[in-house]
Amino acid sequence: MRAGTDLIVIGGGLHGLSAALQSARRGLRVVLLEGAFTGRHASGATAAGVRSLNRAVEELPLSLEAQAQWEDMIALVGDDCGFHAGGQVQVAMDTEAEARIKARIARLEAAGMRHEQWIGPDRLTELVPVMQPGALGAAYVARDGSADPHRTIRAFRAACLDAGVEILENHPVTWLARDGSLWTVVAGGTTHVAPTVVNAAGAWGRQIAKLAGDPLDVGIKNSMMIVTERCEPCLGPVISAQNRKLSFKQTADGTFLIGGGVQGRLRPGGGSASVDFGALSGAMSTTLALFPWVADLRLVRAWAGMEAATADLLPVIGPSHRAPGLIHVFGFSGHGFQLVPSVGRVIADLAETGRTRTELSAFDPGRLATNRKAA
Amino acid sequence: MMIFDVAIIGAGPAGMQAACDLRRRDLSVVVLDEQPAPGGQIWRGVERNCQPGSHLAQGLGAEYRQGADVARSFRASGADYRPLSRVWQIEESSKEAMAQGWQVFVTRESQAEVIEARRILLANGAQERPVPFPGWTRPGVLTVGAAQILLKSGGLLPEGPVWICGAGPLPLLYAHQLRKLGGQIAGFLDTAPRDTLRRGLPHLNGALRDWKSLAKGLGWQAGMRLSGLRRETGVTQLRAEGGDRLERIRWQTPEGEKSATAGVLLIHEGLVPSVHPTLSLQCEHAWSDAQQSLRPVLDPWGETTRSGLFVAGDAAGIDGAKAALAKGALAAIGIARSLGVLSDARARHARVAGDRALSKARAARPLLDSLYPAPEGKIGDDTIVCRCEELTAGQIRAAARRGAADPDRVKAETRAGMGPCQGRQCGYTIARLIAEAHDMPRADVGFHNIRPPLKPVTLGELASLGKTKA
Repeated sequence: MRAGTDLIVIGGGLHGLSAALQSARRGLRVVLLEGAFTGRHASGATAAGVRSLNRAVEELPLSLEAQAQWEDMIALVGDDCGFHAGGQVQVAMDTEAEARIKARIARLEAAGMRHEQWIGPDRLTELVPVMQPGALGAAYVARDGSADPHRTIRAFRAACLDAGVEILENHPVTWLARDGSLWTVVAGGTTHVAPTVVNAAGAWGRQIAKLAGDPLDVGIKNSMMIVTERCEPCLGPVISAQNRKLSFKQTADGTFLIGGGVQGRLRPGGGSASVDFGALSGAMSTTLALFPWVADLRLVRAWAGMEAATADLLPVIGPSHRAPGLIHVFGFSGHGFQLVPSVGRVIADLAETGRTRTELSAFDPGRLATNRKAA
Repeated sequence: MMIFDVAIIGAGPAGMQAACDLRRRDLSVVVLDEQPAPGGQIWRGVERNCQPGSHLAQGLGAEYRQGADVARSFRASGADYRPLSRVWQIEESSKEAMAQGWQVFVTRESQAEVIEARRILLANGAQERPVPFPGWTRPGVLTVGAAQILLKSGGLLPEGPVWICGAGPLPLLYAHQLRKLGGQIAGFLDTAPRDTLRRGLPHLNGALRDWKSLAKGLGWQAGMRLSGLRRETGVTQLRAEGGDRLERIRWQTPEGEKSATAGVLLIHEGLVPSVHPTLSLQCEHAWSDAQQSLRPVLDPWGETTRSGLFVAGDAAGIDGAKAALAKGALAAIGIARSLGVLSDARARHARVAGDRALSKARAARPLLDSLYPAPEGKIGDDTIVCRCEELTAGQIRAAARRGAADPDRVKAETRAGMGPCQGRQCGYTIARLIAEAHDMPRADVGFHNIRPPLKPVTLGELASLGKTKA
C-alpha cells in the first residue's frame, strides 16, 4: 500500500503520460499504471498526424491550443518529438468533395476560425509535385504536420520521470473501488490509494469505466497502417482526401506511411488486433490513383492498432457523473494524437482544482452512460 | 474458388515428401515455393545440376544427387506445384462455410492472390544464424550459405582465395565441395571451442547409429587436413576490416591475435528454424538450449498449437535433410488423419516406420549440437546488430536497460527489427542482449511480435489482390 499519492493515472499511452506529466508539474504526486509498456497500443501504432484540418468543430479549441503547443514542444517535454510542420492537405477529387470542403471552410470562417484555407489545383501541384494532376483543389493547413510517435512517447515518458511521476509498467489494473473520498486501485499485485483516478486506458477505457461503476457505451477501432521501404524525400505535407479513406505521408526516415482508417480485425480474446489484407488491398485504389508510382514500392510492415471509438467519434473527456473522483480521458476514435498536450493540460486542471476553463460538454461521459450493471 | 485440401509452403525435402504422400491418399495439394525449381536450399538446382554430364553433380556429392530422385517423384505426384511464389501472409479463414480453413497470400509474377486450403504445412526450412561481429556488413563478407547458393544455382565459384570462418557441418561441406570443384581456399578459421571432443563425447555413442553421416563428416575433415589447407582452431573475436570493401581479417586464438589479407570472407555459425510464419500466427514456441533457437511446439503429428497448421523439416528444428524427409512423411500422415481420410488407428500404425526413420536421422544431432555450439563471445558495443536500421549493440543494450525485458518495447524504442528483414537478422541477438542486460535466461525473453507481411510485397501487388486474371 502506498500512501501520499494525489493522482493515479491508468494507462501509459500518450494521453495518460501527458495528464500525468502536467499534473506532476503542478505539484501533484502521481502514479501511472500501465498494463504492458508505455505506448504499447494506439500511441505506438499511430500515424502521428498533427492535424487541425477537418476536425470536428467541438474539438477545435483544444486542437488549436495543441497546435501552438506542438510548435514549442521543447518547452513541454524537452524535445521537439520529431514534429515537422509540413502542412496537411485534404484533396477534393470530385465536385461533391470540393463543395463539402468549401462549405466547411465557410462555416469555420463564420465562427471566426481561419486555420483552413482552400487552394486551387495550381497551388496544390506546387505543394505536392509528386501527386497526379487532376484533383480539383484542397483544404490546406500550413501549420499542421506530423511527428515521430515513438520519439514522442520517449520524450513524454522521460519528462514524466523527471517530474517525479512513478511509472509502473506491466501493471494491468484488476480492481478499483472508492471508499469515502479515496480510490483504491489494484494493479499487477500492488495496491494504490488516491483521491483522484484518471482513466486513460484507451481501448481498455471502457473496462476501467465498468470496473469503477460507470459503464460507458464505447466501441473499439482497429485502424490499419502500412509502411513502405525508404525513398528520397519528396513529399512535404500529409495528404488525405475528402470522402475517401486515405492518409499518406512521408516520414523523416523516408518511408511512406499509409493509413486512413481502414479497419483490421480484433484477435480472439480481444487483447490485440490483426491486419486484414483483403480490406487493405481494396483501400489501395485511392493511394494509387493519386500516387501511381507507389505501386513499385515494397510494403515493409502492416499493423492494426487498438483504440477506443465512440458513436459520435468525439472523445470522452471529463469527470465521471457516477464515480466521483474518476476522470475519463479516452475514446479519441483514431484522431487523438494531436490533442495530447492540450488535453493533458485539461486533465491537470481537473485533477488539481476540479475545474477547467475549457468547454467540455461535447465530450461529457454522461452522453455515453449505459445502465449500471450489478458488479 | 478452389479450396485445396492442403497447401504446402516450401518444396525442399520435407515439402516434397509430404506432397508425394498426400497425393497418394488422393488429397488435393498445392505447393508454393520461392525457388524456380524444387529442392529447397539443400537440393537447390538439383534437377539441372544432376543432368547427365553435369560436372557439378560429382562435386556436390551423393546426398545431393539423391535429391534428384525425390524431385522426380514430386514432379510426378500430381501436386499443383507453383514455383517462384512468395508467400507473404497466412491467415485463418473467417468464412463460416468452411469448417476450418486457411488463406495463404502469395505473389507470383507480380500478381497477388489468395489461396485457400483446409490445412497448411509449413516446410519453409531454416536460415543461417546471424552472428554480428565488427565488419560483418562490409562488402566481401558473405555467409557460407549464400556462397553455396551461388554454387548450386550456376556453378559460381567465389573469385580469388576465400577465407571460411565458423563452425558446423555446412562450412566443412562447402570447403570440401569447393576444393573438389577447383575453388581456392585461403584458410579455414574454426570457431568451435577447442574442448570440442570433451563436449561431444557423451553424445558419441548415440550418434553411432548414424555412422554414415559421421564417416562423411570425418572424411571432410581428413580431406581438409590432407590438402594442407591453413586451419586455425579456437578462433574468437573475428573482425573484418577495410574501407568500402573487405581488405583484412583479424582474429584471436588462445595463442594470440593473428591477421591476414582477405578479399572474400565466408561465415557460418549454424542454422536456426525459420519461425517467422509460426511466430506471426502466434503459435506456441519453445526455446532449444542445444540449438540456441526457437522452434514451434508440435504434437507427435507435426501439428502446431493452432489446429490445422502443421510444420515439417528444419522449420520444426534443425535436423538435416534425411530427418526432413521423415518429418514430411509424418506430417502427411498427421494431416491425412486430421482430414479424416486416415483413421486414428491406421495413422498410428503408419507412423511407426516414420518415427524410426526420424529417430535414426536425428541420431547424430546431439553430437553435432554439442560440437558446434552457437558463439557466446561478447558483442562489442560498436558492432552493428540491426542492419536495416543500423543500430549497434551499445544502442540496443542501452535501450534494454531502460525498461522491462520485453523485445517489443526495445523494438518500439529503437526501431530494431522494424526494417525489411523483420528481425530475421537481429531478433536473436537483440533477445540475447536483453537477457544479458537483465541477467535472465534467454528462454524467458521471447521474440518480438512479427508483423505482416512475412516477405516484402509491393503496393502494386497488394492492390492486385482479388483482381486475378481470369
